[in-house]
Amino acid sequence: MTPRAEIVHWLFATGFLLLGLILLAEAIVGQEVWRQRRWRAYLWPSLAFGIGVLLWPVSVFFTNSTLHMVAHASWAETAMISGGAQLAVVRGKLTSRWWTLAVSAAMLVSGMAFLIHEQNPWFFSRAAFLHHTLGWLLLAAAVFPVGQAIRPRAFVWRAGFAMTWVTVAVLLYCDRDVAPIFGHLSPLAGAPK
Amino acid sequence: MSSEFVSQLEERAERRTLRMVAIEALGPLTMLGGVVWAIAQPYRVALFHPAGKGFYDWLVQPPLLVVGVGLLFAAVIVPGILEDLRGER
Repeated sequence: MTPRAEIVHWLFATGFLLLGLILLAEAIVGQEVWRQRRWRAYLWPSLAFGIGVLLWPVSVFFTNSTLHMVAHASWAETAMISGGAQLAVVRGKLTSRWWTLAVSAAMLVSGMAFLIHEQNPWFFSRAAFLHHTLGWLLLAAAVFPVGQAIRPRAFVWRAGFAMTWVTVAVLLYCDRDVAPIFGHLSPLAGAPK
Repeated sequence: MSSEFVSQLEERAERRTLRMVAIEALGPLTMLGGVVWAIAQPYRVALFHPAGKGFYDWLVQPPLLVVGVGLLFAAVIVPGILEDLRGER
């Protein structure tokens, strides 16, 4: 009695939406106010790390090809690495602001994994379209953590980073197992469910 | 007190008020997004379209998840931030 892939994607979308809201709130109030309560500073790195941990069972139990499994495992690894690095920064174990680049690297690897493991063209099905969109979104949005490393207080980089995860959530919520995209659905994809 | 100093204080207070409004709005706006989605696509909520729905469809209903995230954010995270922003005054 395993859940359908779309249901797992919606659950992860929920995690990313919460992550986006937390990051947006931090961008709005600024780091000084946000870190007045210690637990708040740990929120988003813990959530990113937790999403990485939860991606492991998905990559082991819910993938139907080696390529799929490797892609999901790479998302699990990169989410855990970026969350872990930020946890160490918040804790004071790592002090350089350039550790933010670990998040950029994670987004680049994740974006590449989306694009490489999606074998079908953009309009094959909704899932294919979302894979391409998510891949390019993550590649483009990898610039936000770079901006944060260069100008840590600038609102635009923090807000852009936050909105990236809100957008990722929206895209994941749009996912269906087999559904058309803008009226296109390849007959090879099967019947819409 | 010089008028320049007073206007600086006023500007800072105004910015703080704006931030408070923005933070307070995040949760309700998210919930509103979920409600609008549920109205636009009622078939994605098993409560509205129960026919043929399985266990996971009842457990995971995307528009309700969005409302839940907004509610969680507004109830758990926002009050502390507002308190800290007020304390800055």
